[in-house]
Amino acid sequence: MSEVVNAKFAPGDKVRIANANPPGHRRVPVYARGRPGIIERICGAFPNPEERAYGFDGLPKRPLYRVRIRQTDIWPDYKGSDKDVLELEIYEHWLEKA
Amino acid sequence: MTIADSRPHDHQHNDHGHHDRGHNHPHDAIEVSEGANEYEIMVHAIKELLIEKGVITAEDIRKTLEFMDTRTPALGAKVVARAWTDPEFKKRLLANGTAAVAEMGIPMGDAELIIVENSKDVHNIIVCTLCSCYPRTVLGLPPDWYKSRNYRSRVVAEPRAVLKEFGTELSESVTLRTHDSNADMRYLVLPERPAGTEGWSQEQLAAIVTRDCMVGVAFPKAG
Repeated sequence: MSEVVNAKFAPGDKVRIANANPPGHRRVPVYARGRPGIIERICGAFPNPEERAYGFDGLPKRPLYRVRIRQTDIWPDYKGSDKDVLELEIYEHWLEKA
Repeated sequence: MTIADSRPHDHQHNDHGHHDRGHNHPHDAIEVSEGANEYEIMVHAIKELLIEKGVITAEDIRKTLEFMDTRTPALGAKVVARAWTDPEFKKRLLANGTAAVAEMGIPMGDAELIIVENSKDVHNIIVCTLCSCYPRTVLGLPPDWYKSRNYRSRVVAEPRAVLKEFGTELSESVTLRTHDSNADMRYLVLPERPAGTEGWSQEQLAAIVTRDCMVGVAFPKAG
Protein backbone atom coordinates (compact mmCIF):
# COMPACT_ATOMS: atom_id res chain seq x y z
CA MET A 1 0.00 0.00 0.00
CA SER A 2 1.06 3.60 -0.44
CA GLU A 3 -0.43 6.98 0.35
CA VAL A 4 -2.86 8.39 -2.18
CA VAL A 5 -1.76 11.53 -3.96
CA ASN A 6 -4.35 13.59 -5.83
CA ALA A 7 -7.32 11.59 -4.57
CA LYS A 8 -10.39 12.46 -6.63
CA PHE A 9 -12.73 11.92 -3.68
CA ALA A 10 -12.68 12.77 0.02
CA PRO A 11 -14.47 11.13 2.96
CA GLY A 12 -18.13 12.21 2.96
CA ASP A 13 -18.30 12.79 -0.81
CA LYS A 14 -21.38 11.47 -2.58
CA VAL A 15 -20.48 9.01 -5.32
CA ARG A 16 -22.04 6.47 -7.61
CA ILE A 17 -20.47 3.14 -8.47
CA ALA A 18 -20.30 2.66 -12.23
CA ASN A 19 -23.08 0.55 -13.69
CA ALA A 20 -20.83 -1.34 -16.05
CA ASN A 21 -20.39 -4.98 -16.92
CA PRO A 22 -16.97 -5.28 -18.55
CA PRO A 23 -15.60 -8.79 -19.09
CA GLY A 24 -12.61 -10.05 -17.14
CA HIS A 25 -11.60 -10.09 -13.51
CA ARG A 26 -13.49 -7.36 -11.62
CA ARG A 27 -13.72 -6.92 -7.89
CA VAL A 28 -16.90 -4.86 -7.86
CA PRO A 29 -19.75 -7.16 -6.84
CA VAL A 30 -22.69 -6.95 -9.22
CA TYR A 31 -25.08 -6.01 -6.39
CA ALA A 32 -23.10 -2.78 -5.86
CA ARG A 33 -22.90 -1.64 -9.49
CA GLY A 34 -24.88 1.50 -10.24
CA ARG A 35 -25.55 2.17 -6.54
CA PRO A 36 -25.12 5.55 -4.83
CA GLY A 37 -23.00 5.84 -1.72
CA ILE A 38 -20.65 8.02 0.26
CA ILE A 39 -16.90 7.77 0.70
CA GLU A 40 -16.28 6.27 4.15
CA ARG A 41 -12.49 6.51 3.95
CA ILE A 42 -9.53 6.41 1.61
CA CYS A 43 -7.78 3.07 2.08
CA GLY A 44 -4.58 3.87 0.21
CA ALA A 45 -3.22 3.16 -3.24
CA PHE A 46 -2.89 -0.46 -4.38
CA PRO A 47 -1.83 -2.23 -7.58
CA ASN A 48 -4.89 -2.67 -9.79
CA PRO A 49 -6.18 -6.23 -9.26
CA GLU A 50 -7.93 -6.14 -12.65
CA GLU A 51 -4.47 -6.03 -14.26
CA ARG A 52 -2.69 -8.27 -11.78
CA ALA A 53 -5.19 -11.05 -12.48
CA TYR A 54 -3.59 -11.41 -15.92
CA GLY A 55 0.06 -11.29 -14.90
CA PHE A 56 0.60 -7.52 -15.29
CA ASP A 57 2.11 -5.55 -12.41
CA GLY A 58 -1.03 -3.48 -11.82
CA LEU A 59 0.98 -0.23 -11.83
CA PRO A 60 0.45 2.65 -11.45
CA LYS A 61 -1.28 2.00 -8.15
CA ARG A 62 -4.92 3.03 -7.98
CA PRO A 63 -6.64 4.81 -5.10
CA LEU A 64 -8.95 2.48 -3.18
CA TYR A 65 -11.93 3.80 -1.21
CA ARG A 66 -14.43 2.35 1.20
CA VAL A 67 -17.90 3.21 0.00
CA ARG A 68 -20.93 3.16 2.30
CA ILE A 69 -24.24 2.30 0.66
CA ARG A 70 -27.65 2.28 2.33
CA GLN A 71 -29.02 -1.24 2.29
CA THR A 72 -32.37 0.11 1.07
CA ASP A 73 -30.55 1.56 -1.96
CA ILE A 74 -29.30 -1.93 -2.87
CA TRP A 75 -32.30 -4.07 -2.00
CA PRO A 76 -35.68 -2.33 -2.39
CA ASP A 77 -37.33 -4.94 -0.16
CA TYR A 78 -34.55 -4.89 2.48
CA LYS A 79 -35.78 -6.14 5.85
CA GLY A 80 -34.20 -4.24 8.71
CA SER A 81 -33.51 -0.71 9.87
CA ASP A 82 -33.39 1.86 7.08
CA LYS A 83 -30.16 3.04 8.71
CA ASP A 84 -28.45 -0.29 7.92
CA VAL A 85 -25.51 0.06 5.55
CA LEU A 86 -23.19 -2.04 3.47
CA GLU A 87 -19.57 -1.00 3.10
CA LEU A 88 -17.13 -2.25 0.52
CA GLU A 89 -13.93 -1.34 -1.28
CA ILE A 90 -14.08 0.30 -4.68
CA TYR A 91 -11.22 1.49 -6.88
CA GLU A 92 -11.34 5.11 -8.05
CA HIS A 93 -11.87 4.24 -11.72
CA TRP A 94 -15.20 2.63 -10.81
CA LEU A 95 -16.50 5.77 -9.07
CA GLU A 96 -18.22 8.86 -10.41
CA LYS A 97 -19.43 11.97 -8.57
CA ALA A 98 -23.09 11.80 -7.62
CA MET B 1 1.64 -36.90 -7.48
CA THR B 2 0.84 -35.93 -11.05
CA ILE B 3 -2.58 -34.97 -12.32
CA ALA B 4 -2.92 -38.33 -14.06
CA ASP B 5 -2.16 -40.06 -10.76
CA SER B 6 -4.87 -38.16 -8.96
CA ARG B 7 -7.73 -39.60 -10.95
CA PRO B 8 -10.02 -41.65 -8.75
CA HIS B 9 -8.57 -45.12 -8.28
CA ASP B 10 -10.68 -48.17 -8.66
CA HIS B 11 -10.23 -49.04 -5.01
CA GLN B 12 -11.34 -47.24 -1.86
CA HIS B 13 -8.95 -45.26 0.34
CA ASN B 14 -11.34 -43.82 2.83
CA ASP B 15 -9.58 -45.26 5.86
CA HIS B 16 -6.52 -43.05 5.82
CA GLY B 17 -6.06 -43.69 9.51
CA HIS B 18 -4.96 -47.21 8.62
CA HIS B 19 -2.23 -46.51 6.17
CA ASP B 20 -0.62 -49.89 6.44
CA ARG B 21 -3.60 -51.77 5.06
CA GLY B 22 -4.37 -52.02 1.38
CA HIS B 23 -1.63 -49.55 0.39
CA ASN B 24 1.39 -50.66 -1.50
CA HIS B 25 2.11 -47.63 -3.65
CA PRO B 26 4.02 -44.55 -2.48
CA HIS B 27 2.38 -41.19 -1.77
CA ASP B 28 3.77 -37.69 -1.51
CA ALA B 29 4.27 -36.50 2.06
CA ILE B 30 1.67 -33.79 1.45
CA GLU B 31 -0.70 -35.66 -0.77
CA VAL B 32 -3.79 -34.97 -2.75
CA SER B 33 -6.53 -37.12 -1.27
CA GLU B 34 -7.78 -39.98 -3.38
CA GLY B 35 -10.64 -39.03 -5.63
CA ALA B 36 -9.64 -35.37 -5.47
CA ASN B 37 -12.24 -33.12 -7.03
CA GLU B 38 -11.60 -30.90 -10.01
CA TYR B 39 -10.64 -27.89 -7.87
CA GLU B 40 -8.15 -29.84 -5.78
CA ILE B 41 -6.57 -31.13 -8.96
CA MET B 42 -6.34 -27.57 -10.37
CA VAL B 43 -4.76 -26.29 -7.14
CA HIS B 44 -2.23 -29.07 -7.25
CA ALA B 45 -1.46 -28.42 -10.92
CA ILE B 46 -0.96 -24.69 -10.30
CA LYS B 47 1.27 -25.44 -7.31
CA GLU B 48 3.43 -27.74 -9.41
CA LEU B 49 3.68 -25.15 -12.20
CA LEU B 50 4.64 -22.34 -9.80
CA ILE B 51 7.39 -24.50 -8.37
CA GLU B 52 8.54 -25.68 -11.78
CA LYS B 53 8.74 -22.09 -13.06
CA GLY B 54 10.64 -20.97 -9.98
CA VAL B 55 7.98 -18.50 -8.79
CA ILE B 56 7.84 -20.15 -5.37
CA THR B 57 9.56 -23.13 -3.82
CA ALA B 58 8.13 -26.14 -2.06
CA GLU B 59 9.76 -24.80 1.10
CA ASP B 60 7.92 -21.47 0.72
CA ILE B 61 4.65 -23.40 0.70
CA ARG B 62 5.63 -25.51 3.69
CA LYS B 63 6.77 -22.45 5.65
CA THR B 64 3.54 -20.61 4.86
CA LEU B 65 1.46 -23.59 5.97
CA GLU B 66 3.54 -23.84 9.14
CA PHE B 67 3.05 -20.12 9.83
CA MET B 68 -0.68 -20.19 9.10
CA ASP B 69 -1.11 -23.09 11.50
CA THR B 70 0.25 -20.87 14.29
CA ARG B 71 -2.51 -18.29 13.62
CA THR B 72 -5.58 -18.78 15.82
CA PRO B 73 -8.49 -16.68 17.14
CA ALA B 74 -6.49 -16.34 20.39
CA LEU B 75 -4.42 -13.65 18.64
CA GLY B 76 -7.46 -11.57 17.76
CA ALA B 77 -8.82 -12.10 21.29
CA LYS B 78 -5.60 -10.69 22.76
CA VAL B 79 -5.93 -7.62 20.54
CA VAL B 80 -9.55 -7.10 21.63
CA ALA B 81 -8.79 -7.61 25.33
CA ARG B 82 -5.99 -5.06 25.13
CA ALA B 83 -8.23 -2.56 23.35
CA TRP B 84 -10.80 -3.00 26.14
CA THR B 85 -8.28 -2.20 28.86
CA ASP B 86 -5.84 0.20 27.19
CA PRO B 87 -7.60 3.31 25.76
CA GLU B 88 -4.45 4.62 24.08
CA PHE B 89 -3.93 1.30 22.30
CA LYS B 90 -7.59 1.28 21.26
CA LYS B 91 -7.16 4.72 19.67
CA ARG B 92 -4.16 3.51 17.69
CA LEU B 93 -5.98 0.30 16.74
CA LEU B 94 -8.97 2.16 15.34
CA ALA B 95 -6.74 4.67 13.53
CA ASN B 96 -4.49 2.05 11.93
CA GLY B 97 -5.24 -1.61 12.62
CA THR B 98 -2.24 -2.91 10.69
CA ALA B 99 0.27 -0.83 12.66
CA ALA B 100 -1.40 -1.50 16.03
CA VAL B 101 -1.39 -5.30 15.69
CA ALA B 102 2.21 -5.13 14.44
CA GLU B 103 3.04 -3.55 17.82
CA MET B 104 1.81 -6.80 19.35
CA GLY B 105 4.01 -8.83 17.02
CA ILE B 106 1.20 -9.79 14.63
CA PRO B 107 2.16 -9.24 10.96
CA MET B 108 -0.63 -8.63 8.41
CA GLY B 109 1.44 -9.62 5.38
CA ASP B 110 0.15 -8.09 2.15
CA ALA B 111 -3.23 -7.05 3.53
CA GLU B 112 -4.29 -4.08 5.63
CA LEU B 113 -6.39 -4.46 8.78
CA ILE B 114 -9.38 -2.28 9.55
CA ILE B 115 -10.99 -2.56 12.97
CA VAL B 116 -14.73 -1.94 13.06
CA GLU B 117 -16.08 -1.10 16.49
CA ASN B 118 -19.40 -2.24 17.90
CA SER B 119 -21.33 0.00 20.30
CA LYS B 120 -24.81 0.19 21.77
CA ASP B 121 -25.98 1.76 18.51
CA VAL B 122 -23.86 0.01 15.88
CA HIS B 123 -23.15 -3.62 15.08
CA ASN B 124 -20.62 -4.80 12.49
CA ILE B 125 -20.50 -8.04 10.53
CA ILE B 126 -17.89 -9.27 8.05
CA VAL B 127 -18.10 -11.23 4.82
CA CYS B 128 -16.29 -11.62 1.53
CA THR B 129 -18.86 -12.12 -1.21
CA LEU B 130 -16.36 -12.57 -4.04
CA CYS B 131 -14.22 -15.29 -2.49
CA SER B 132 -13.61 -15.78 1.21
CA CYS B 133 -11.11 -13.11 2.32
CA TYR B 134 -10.74 -13.37 6.08
CA PRO B 135 -8.33 -11.79 8.59
CA ARG B 136 -6.35 -15.03 8.73
CA THR B 137 -3.29 -13.53 10.36
CA VAL B 138 -5.34 -12.55 13.43
CA LEU B 139 -7.99 -15.31 13.39
CA GLY B 140 -6.43 -18.31 11.65
CA LEU B 141 -8.41 -20.31 9.11
CA PRO B 142 -12.03 -19.32 8.53
CA PRO B 143 -14.87 -21.62 9.56
CA ASP B 144 -16.58 -23.55 6.76
CA TRP B 145 -19.77 -21.50 7.03
CA TYR B 146 -17.83 -18.29 6.32
CA LYS B 147 -16.81 -19.74 2.96
CA SER B 148 -20.26 -21.15 2.15
CA ARG B 149 -22.25 -19.70 -0.71
CA ASN B 150 -25.22 -19.45 1.62
CA TYR B 151 -23.49 -17.13 4.12
CA ARG B 152 -21.66 -15.09 1.48
CA SER B 153 -24.71 -14.38 -0.62
CA ARG B 154 -27.29 -13.91 2.13
CA VAL B 155 -25.39 -11.86 4.71
CA VAL B 156 -25.22 -8.86 2.36
CA ALA B 157 -28.91 -9.02 1.47
CA GLU B 158 -30.55 -10.19 4.69
CA PRO B 159 -27.93 -9.85 7.43
CA ARG B 160 -30.45 -9.69 10.26
CA ALA B 161 -32.03 -12.99 9.24
CA VAL B 162 -28.56 -14.58 9.03
CA LEU B 163 -27.65 -13.23 12.48
CA LYS B 164 -30.85 -14.72 13.87
CA GLU B 165 -29.81 -18.12 12.55
CA PHE B 166 -26.61 -17.72 14.57
CA GLY B 167 -28.77 -17.00 17.66
CA THR B 168 -27.92 -13.31 17.58
CA GLU B 169 -30.92 -11.01 17.76
CA LEU B 170 -30.34 -7.39 16.88
CA SER B 171 -32.75 -4.67 17.92
CA GLU B 172 -34.24 -2.52 15.12
CA SER B 173 -32.70 0.54 16.79
CA VAL B 174 -29.17 -0.78 16.19
CA THR B 175 -27.56 0.18 12.88
CA LEU B 176 -26.07 -2.85 11.17
CA ARG B 177 -22.94 -2.29 9.11
CA THR B 178 -22.10 -5.18 6.79
CA HIS B 179 -18.53 -5.14 5.51
CA ASP B 180 -17.72 -6.87 2.23
CA SER B 181 -13.94 -7.50 2.16
CA ASN B 182 -13.95 -7.46 -1.61
CA ALA B 183 -10.47 -6.03 -2.24
CA ASP B 184 -7.32 -5.32 -0.24
CA MET B 185 -8.53 -4.71 3.31
CA ARG B 186 -9.27 -7.25 6.03
CA TYR B 187 -11.69 -6.59 8.88
CA LEU B 188 -11.88 -7.47 12.55
CA VAL B 189 -14.87 -6.62 14.71
CA LEU B 190 -14.09 -5.01 18.04
CA PRO B 191 -17.04 -6.20 20.14
CA GLU B 192 -18.47 -4.25 23.05
CA ARG B 193 -17.04 -5.26 26.39
CA PRO B 194 -19.87 -7.05 28.19
CA ALA B 195 -21.18 -5.97 31.59
CA GLY B 196 -19.97 -8.09 34.49
CA THR B 197 -16.33 -8.05 33.40
CA GLU B 198 -15.26 -5.07 35.49
CA GLY B 199 -11.82 -5.52 36.96
CA TRP B 200 -11.01 -8.57 34.80
CA SER B 201 -7.43 -9.09 33.60
CA GLN B 202 -6.60 -9.03 29.88
CA GLU B 203 -6.20 -12.83 30.02
CA GLN B 204 -9.66 -13.30 31.54
CA LEU B 205 -11.16 -10.95 28.97
CA ALA B 206 -9.40 -12.61 26.04
CA ALA B 207 -10.91 -15.95 27.08
CA ILE B 208 -14.47 -14.77 26.35
CA VAL B 209 -13.66 -13.20 22.96
CA THR B 210 -14.43 -15.94 20.49
CA ARG B 211 -13.83 -16.11 16.76
CA ASP B 212 -17.51 -15.56 15.98
CA CYS B 213 -17.58 -12.38 18.10
CA MET B 214 -14.75 -10.98 15.97
CA VAL B 215 -16.54 -11.86 12.72
CA GLY B 216 -19.66 -10.22 14.11
CA VAL B 217 -22.09 -13.13 14.30
CA ALA B 218 -22.08 -13.36 18.11
CA PHE B 219 -21.60 -11.27 21.26
CA PRO B 220 -19.05 -12.01 23.97
CA LYS B 221 -20.66 -13.03 27.26
CA ALA B 222 -19.33 -12.63 30.79
CA GLY B 223 -20.69 -15.90 32.15
